[in-house]
Amino acid sequence: MKEVTFTVLENAGIAPRTFWMKLSGDTSGIRGSGEFVQIALPGKFLRRPISVHDCDWDTLTLVYKVVGEGTEAMSAMRPGDKLSALTGLGNNFDIDACRSKALLLGGGVGAAPLYLLAKELCAQGKEATVVLGFNTAEEIMLEEDFANLNARVHIATMDGSAGTRGFVTDVLRIKNLSYDYFYACGPRPMLRAVCGAIKGPGELSMEERMGCGAGFCYGCTIQTAGGPARVCADGPVFKKEDLIW
Amino acid sequence: MVRDLSTTLCGITLKNPVIPASGTFGFGLELSGSFDLNVLGGISLKGTTLEPRFGNPTPRIAECEAGMLNSVGLQNPGAEALVRDKVPALRRIYGGCIIANISGFAVDEYAACSKVADGSPDIDIIELNISCPNVHGGGMAFGTDPAAAAEVTAAVRKATSKPLFVKLSPNVSDIVAIARACEDAGADGLTLVNTFLGMRIDIGTRKPVLANRTGGLSGPAIFPIALRMVHQVSKACRIPVMGCGGVARARDVIEMMMAGASAVQVGAENIRNPYACKEIVEALPDVMEELGIECLSDIIGCV
Repeated sequence: MKEVTFTVLENAGIAPRTFWMKLSGDTSGIRGSGEFVQIALPGKFLRRPISVHDCDWDTLTLVYKVVGEGTEAMSAMRPGDKLSALTGLGNNFDIDACRSKALLLGGGVGAAPLYLLAKELCAQGKEATVVLGFNTAEEIMLEEDFANLNARVHIATMDGSAGTRGFVTDVLRIKNLSYDYFYACGPRPMLRAVCGAIKGPGELSMEERMGCGAGFCYGCTIQTAGGPARVCADGPVFKKEDLIW
Repeated sequence: MVRDLSTTLCGITLKNPVIPASGTFGFGLELSGSFDLNVLGGISLKGTTLEPRFGNPTPRIAECEAGMLNSVGLQNPGAEALVRDKVPALRRIYGGCIIANISGFAVDEYAACSKVADGSPDIDIIELNISCPNVHGGGMAFGTDPAAAAEVTAAVRKATSKPLFVKLSPNVSDIVAIARACEDAGADGLTLVNTFLGMRIDIGTRKPVLANRTGGLSGPAIFPIALRMVHQVSKACRIPVMGCGGVARARDVIEMMMAGASAVQVGAENIRNPYACKEIVEALPDVMEELGIECLSDIIGCV
């Protein structure tokens, strides 16, 4: 864990109530995909956990959805504004668990942390197939970003306005995708459906209301096959077989 | 000039009065990689019960104006794991005062749990938690009635020879009556206060934000009330008081000590700033210099 003051470089809308924020600052505390940062916001007591979308040696990119007053305040930040964050929180996606072909499943803004994961997998010479689910076509985000990594991208929308009509699991049912390991991030019902639909091994990034974000307040504990687990410190990424639905 | 930050609790000298409050610092070990814990005067460990507990369902945390609600519900690995694993591991890296926070649901259980803690040579103080608002049929029920508070204090007094502090609930109409009952029943000191019972509603879903419906309010919002209670109790009792409730900065520590606290616990502030206690300790000498305080213990109860 490291406390870092970042400077906002960009903070732009990319989909309804969804923003892409690029920050400059010390990213040495960030180890890889799957992690999150805890952001302090003016007037808010608790920090807000936001997943790492992308990261290089001096910039950090976050993609976040406005879901309450904290993220609303975040969306109002402008280039040049300072922002305090705790970095290096949470565990990482296990990129070595995939032998050669990965399936990445994202629901809504859950697509965000899968981007750095896809980058890491591609850097290892592994193939990434990405399935992203949204309610409607206008919510689609990051499709080109994944495509630019040479990942094959499939889209599902609930209303059928783009791609396959239905859930990401409907894409799995219809298309004969080839993969040896899956990674998923999205709303809880989606993650549960994914675990039911895929027989093979994989891991999922969970979301929970957090206090400290660093494992010492025990505010985000869930029950797992291995006993109580803190989503912030033992997760947020859990193996499929460890999750209890 | 060298400023003297030390204070004493029941004959135990602390290098400074700053102690992370129970439940806001885990078992210390979770933060061992963040900074050298030895800057802390003491550490109050996460509330522990005789048997392991999962605690309440999530969400357990809610944001508030100038504070937060929690309903963790005493998640802990149980008393055996406390004395076998947690405390010895902490003692290997920490030389200060280790405070075991003991909770329960029945008088016998509190006593049995305290007896287990009593067996650990690394535990310096037992803090009896009769004020957790997030568990049913125990916790706070013992802290809101003078007779019940006295009964559990007396039972634990027999179970341990270690200094015994009782942590009081602010959810009472007369905290002095509870404090005196504990003192008369054999408590060596008092910690006050625990959290205030509160609630938030999600106005979109029309449901409580917390799965447990209610939770304990902590943070700067409660500081003036906690301070008033510390002042009242320290004037009415002869035993030392650890002040707790909304302390966020070095100035709050000074204020709590002037109100009568011999040591000061920092709670919710750790949750939003894991370095809060370290920063407060580092800031104290400058504030003392500004206020003309040479020896921090001189100001205890000066108001």
